[in-house]
Amino acid sequence: MHFTLRIWRQKNAQDQGHFETYEVHDISPDASFLEMLDVLNERLLKEGKDPVAFDHDCREGICGSCGIFINGRAHGPLRNITTCRLYMRHFQDGETITIEPFRAKPFPVIKDLVVDRSALDRIIQRGGYISVNAGSAPDANAIPIPKPAADRAFDYATCIGCGACVAACKNASAMLFTAAKVSHLALLPQGQPERRERVKQMVMQMDMEGFGHCSNTGACAVECPAKIPLTAIAQLQRDYIWANLTPDPYTR
Amino acid sequence: MDTTANTAGLGWLHTSVGRKVVMAVTGIFLMSFLVVHLAGNLLLLRGDGGAAFNAYADFMSTNPLIRVLEVLLFVGFVVHIYQGLYFISKERRFRPKGYTLHRPQDNTTIFSRTMRISAIVILVFLLVHLRHFFVEHRILGASLTMYESCKLAFENPFYSAFYVLSMILLAFHLAHGFHSSFQTLGLIVNRRIDRVVRWAGTAFAFLVPLGFAVIPLYFLFQTLY
Repeated sequence: MHFTLRIWRQKNAQDQGHFETYEVHDISPDASFLEMLDVLNERLLKEGKDPVAFDHDCREGICGSCGIFINGRAHGPLRNITTCRLYMRHFQDGETITIEPFRAKPFPVIKDLVVDRSALDRIIQRGGYISVNAGSAPDANAIPIPKPAADRAFDYATCIGCGACVAACKNASAMLFTAAKVSHLALLPQGQPERRERVKQMVMQMDMEGFGHCSNTGACAVECPAKIPLTAIAQLQRDYIWANLTPDPYTR
Repeated sequence: MDTTANTAGLGWLHTSVGRKVVMAVTGIFLMSFLVVHLAGNLLLLRGDGGAAFNAYADFMSTNPLIRVLEVLLFVGFVVHIYQGLYFISKERRFRPKGYTLHRPQDNTTIFSRTMRISAIVILVFLLVHLRHFFVEHRILGASLTMYESCKLAFENPFYSAFYVLSMILLAFHLAHGFHSSFQTLGLIVNRRIDRVVRWAGTAFAFLVPLGFAVIPLYFLFQTLY
């Protein structure tokens, strides 16, 4: 297959950035999107040019590194997948493909298609954990957890932190990401002691990082490779309202 | 965890999540108002020369409880509009450099994408509507009865067209707003509730503006036959 690529090139965070057009030929329909970019980069290297920088790691859809905005969609034209699992057969032969980095105030471009997503890590650092004393491993099943609760918590825990929710959102909101962690821990007994504080802290950090508000458009859930449902956001809302409206039982 | 996020009192209403809650609470309040308003307006269709409607209008403008609710309603509108304008004013800040190619039509509904446009049309409608009925009757003390005022307005095809157009945009606004407000209050707990609320929201967004729009059309068609 043959494609015309319009790729965002930007030397560093200070550079203005611009689009450059490349032609790629003889691409297998079974090549992944990243493999297609590899082909382009090998050619650029041979020509002594600067290859296109893009994030990638596992290439099997579980690490969340490969955040690229393709033809107007986070991770390309399919729903709920990562860029590495997007194949060139999903495009028309001869198609022009527009390739941009994820754009959001808290996601500064490092180079070309690579953005700094550590703002998401800082949201987790604010409250996306449970405080336990490290020591010997606890006995299995010491804390009984109903199967449905464990299953539902796991659904929320599958977030890979790729940032597609932020990229797809019209307000660059990190609500689905934040809500996934809040909901995951809200459904488990281990998450209860810090539940009230967690949701307040994580929402505060989310705002401080410069992510926008949620408008419930649902674009995030359509692009989420981990299929985090919007019920996560409802859970965050519920916990946030509860934590702020009811008196704190932990204060004397 | 440190406790710096413990904003005192109502400070939490200024966070992005808190502001959504304000939007949702005022939104649900305004939707409940729409139902009451529609119930009253439907009296215009009774064909009794406006006796029932005038009695209702008289009750609404004199009953002390309604007067208190009227102030609350005004506050509800102002807060809802203020919050919306606040969100619009901040939007560009979250993504200063936009996408060259963005296809939100692939992952959102037309109703959620047009919230700003529908909001502006409804606001203009509201101002015209208030000027025409509220200011005219309650402040300037018009000599016409409320029924005569409505009849006169709706027999004007331009006014009726504007009214119907506004109701279509109201339907758009509600088609996103109804479900969105329940989601923001955290009430969409699972898929089953999600389906029920989406269905109810669609029905509400269709039936309420339709009920309003039928009235000017009724008067307009009466002038033709």
